[in-house]
Amino acid sequence: MRIAVLSGKGGTGKTLVTVNLAAVSKESVYIDCDVEEPNGHLFFKPEGVHEEEVSVKIPEVDDELCNGCRKCVDFCNFNALARIQNKLIIFDDVCHSCGGCVLVCPEKALAEKEKVIGRIQKGVSDQVSIYTGILNPGEASGVPIVKKLLAEGDSEIAKPIFIDCPPGSACITMESIKDADYCILVAEPTLFGVHNLNMVYELVRLLERPFGVVLNKCLEEENPAEKFCLEKDIKILGRIPFENELGILNSDAEIVANKSNRYRKIFSSLLDAVIKEVSHAATSDS
Amino acid sequence: MKIAIPVDEKTLESNVCLSFGRAPYFLIYDVETKESTFIDNSAAASTGGAGIKAAQMIVDNKAGALLTPRLGANAAGVLEPAEVKIYKTTAASAKENIEAFAAGKLSLLDETHAGFRGRGSN
Repeated sequence: MRIAVLSGKGGTGKTLVTVNLAAVSKESVYIDCDVEEPNGHLFFKPEGVHEEEVSVKIPEVDDELCNGCRKCVDFCNFNALARIQNKLIIFDDVCHSCGGCVLVCPEKALAEKEKVIGRIQKGVSDQVSIYTGILNPGEASGVPIVKKLLAEGDSEIAKPIFIDCPPGSACITMESIKDADYCILVAEPTLFGVHNLNMVYELVRLLERPFGVVLNKCLEEENPAEKFCLEKDIKILGRIPFENELGILNSDAEIVANKSNRYRKIFSSLLDAVIKEVSHAATSDS
Repeated sequence: MKIAIPVDEKTLESNVCLSFGRAPYFLIYDVETKESTFIDNSAAASTGGAGIKAAQMIVDNKAGALLTPRLGANAAGVLEPAEVKIYKTTAASAKENIEAFAAGKLSLLDETHAGFRGRGSN
């Protein structure tokens, strides 16, 4: 069972929800796909951390063999190649690692070389396996790291897998939820929050993923995000209150469900609601 | 020498296009013969790397100088090794900039922006 947690912007509570769901699930897997700013490990403080580099393949030219036919330049949809002053220039950042230029080169002047773009870390915290993706600063895309993280996490598919997604609704978020059995959208109770909720709402509908919403930072007053859910007939999975105690524990990198019975109850009921929805989604699928 | 200018329309009076890579057309102007040619920018609709492809076109059309309001780092990475001089436009229309260039009143573009590097497409 793969559960992805996402939101239209950072700071809505994706990590709070993902970390605490994994913690109350006991035996589970937590995957941090927010590779530009992974912070789930701060809560879990994993032990026995093992690290692996993630590389992509980019072309490399042999100037002696290149005859300037430009087949590679014309082929590349991303325009990662240019031929200037009888020399081929390759723009690594623009390259999407498709390998097409190497295939079309009639002179076999192009070969692929590995370029390290980041790394993944695996560790254990109590009964939770922790996977963290880290993209090197300045790299254009973390998608290859997310692919690697999710493939590694699948080795533990017997346990519930909780995926902490990158903020927003761009390619890297799409990659993170692609194979999710269920998506949890975390929303803030503001008009801006509704705008961001709508972004991920449109995304999960586009990708036809079953989903529900968690209303975070709930106050007594009117909640525009709740109103949005009611209007769109979206399942509300749970509510997390806007409280000092929770804020302080969370900013001290504590897992709130492990620190307070009240919070444990909130996340346990949220987990129950999610599991119920997942089994429901599975039945309606078949 | 030929100079290249990104333009919005196929006339000498056209405004200079604010984007280099995504400009609809390029004016190739021969300073000696005063002949103008307009070429369609096939890079304008690219998913990514428009600046690189557009810069390749400028080089292939044998322009010795480019007059542009802005330029991305990748496009500069193509034009610089090709020894295309890059000047910053000062007026709205292509014609006025050609006159300013001929009078030696344009200065070299001293900075490039980071560009968009295919973001939103990967």
